Amino acid sequence: MGDWAGYLTLILQGAWVTVKLTLMGSALALVVAFLAGLGRISHHAPIRWLSTAYIEFFRGTSIFVQLFWIYFVLPMTGAELTPMQAGVMALGLNVGAYGAEVVRGAILAVPRGQHEACIAVNLTRWQRLRHVILPQALPLMLPTFCNNAIELLKATSVVSLISLSDMTFQAQVVRSQTGSTLMPFVTILVLYFAMSSAISFGMRRIERRVTRGLDGVR
Amino acid sequence: MDQPIIRIQNLQKSFGTLTVIDGLNFDVAKGEKLALIGPSGSGKTTILRILMTLEGISGGRIEICGEPLYHMQRNGAEVPADEAHLHRMRRYIGMVFQHFNLFPHKSVLQNITLAPMLTKGETRAAADKRARELLDMVGLADKAGYMPSQLSGGQKQRVAIARALALQPQIMLFDEVTSALDPELVEEVLEVMKRLAAETDMTMLLVTHEMGFAHDFADRVLFFDRGRIVEQGPPKQIFTAPAEDRTKSFLRKIIAAGQRV
Repeated sequence: MGDWAGYLTLILQGAWVTVKLTLMGSALALVVAFLAGLGRISHHAPIRWLSTAYIEFFRGTSIFVQLFWIYFVLPMTGAELTPMQAGVMALGLNVGAYGAEVVRGAILAVPRGQHEACIAVNLTRWQRLRHVILPQALPLMLPTFCNNAIELLKATSVVSLISLSDMTFQAQVVRSQTGSTLMPFVTILVLYFAMSSAISFGMRRIERRVTRGLDGVR
Repeated sequence: MDQPIIRIQNLQKSFGTLTVIDGLNFDVAKGEKLALIGPSGSGKTTILRILMTLEGISGGRIEICGEPLYHMQRNGAEVPADEAHLHRMRRYIGMVFQHFNLFPHKSVLQNITLAPMLTKGETRAAADKRARELLDMVGLADKAGYMPSQLSGGQKQRVAIARALALQPQIMLFDEVTSALDPELVEEVLEVMKRLAAETDMTMLLVTHEMGFAHDFADRVLFFDRGRIVEQGPPKQIFTAPAEDRTKSFLRKIIAAGQRV
């Protein structure tokens, strides 16, 4: 039992990898979701096509395949990535594709009268989006973004395929070294749950902030 | 007569196969107060929406202050207007909507100051000062810090009028601004518009079902049916001695519905 502290350290090292992947993957997903989501409602047809192609491709193929392509096939074109970079990219691009549809849906859900009022007070397209449409669309996006972030957290375990030692991978290591299944898997169960609870809690706080003043409107 | 502030020539507008406006012509003089009346579906709201560039046109030509609204010059040729041209032309025009369309996430004051600060580069201090004057004018000086959801319909509509005025447009469009209001709130909005008409030389176009108000407010009344002007003239003539059968039958129905003319 004295070795358990050492094994726990192993799992915690894996947990740190999982946290990094989740944070950086979510950050990338957020950026990509806005780019592609806005791209899908752009006035320029090529931007619309490009965004649609990206979204359909990354939603329509499995994250396993995407990870393999990014890590093993992309280097053939000369773009060498570390496992961490490849993992963040696969997770971010995959979840970003789902997020893009959330962004698009939320923007389209803002009533047409708001767009028209913006035109009537002569705001430019960017000003309309920045000052009127997005502040009202954001509260609609957040609950789904929270789901997406938790999905991303749970998807991080696929990165062990490209030799990253994330939390699930480390639990497997501990299991094979100790022969105990219960201890490592109870530990990571608790840790995953703690991480997703942290995401939920953080998102609820953000939600409360951005919906200020909008109560009674919807 | 001076150059008209609005000139509409052979305007066409269809939605798919449905023709809403069919070869419309009319001029509006600077400072004129115009009431557009007619049965629903007659195209009167569409005209306001076209003037505000919320709908494009299918044919014809509109000039605002002598400049084409939907056309522009490029390399000596006249081409359809781009967004930058529309943006420049919108400075002349303001609009108040049936459903107010206030920005729900902004306070009353911010609703009014947002556009002047963004589009005219006014400082916050200048925009605030003017917004408070306008709120005072519409009788809502004490509501500056409120959110739109805390106001009654009539108060919202008066804020919407102040918001449009803050940009100092030369032309104001009022699209059935009292239709969404409870009856007891209609008067406070009409009162503001009457003062506006009396105290400014702004050109005003009003689509309304309030015949009594159209009668008192307008210099000229246009009666629309099926995308065309059936009859026009001073309110007294249109309301008391209409020449056309369609005008008569429309007014009869309105009076039957219990409205004072």
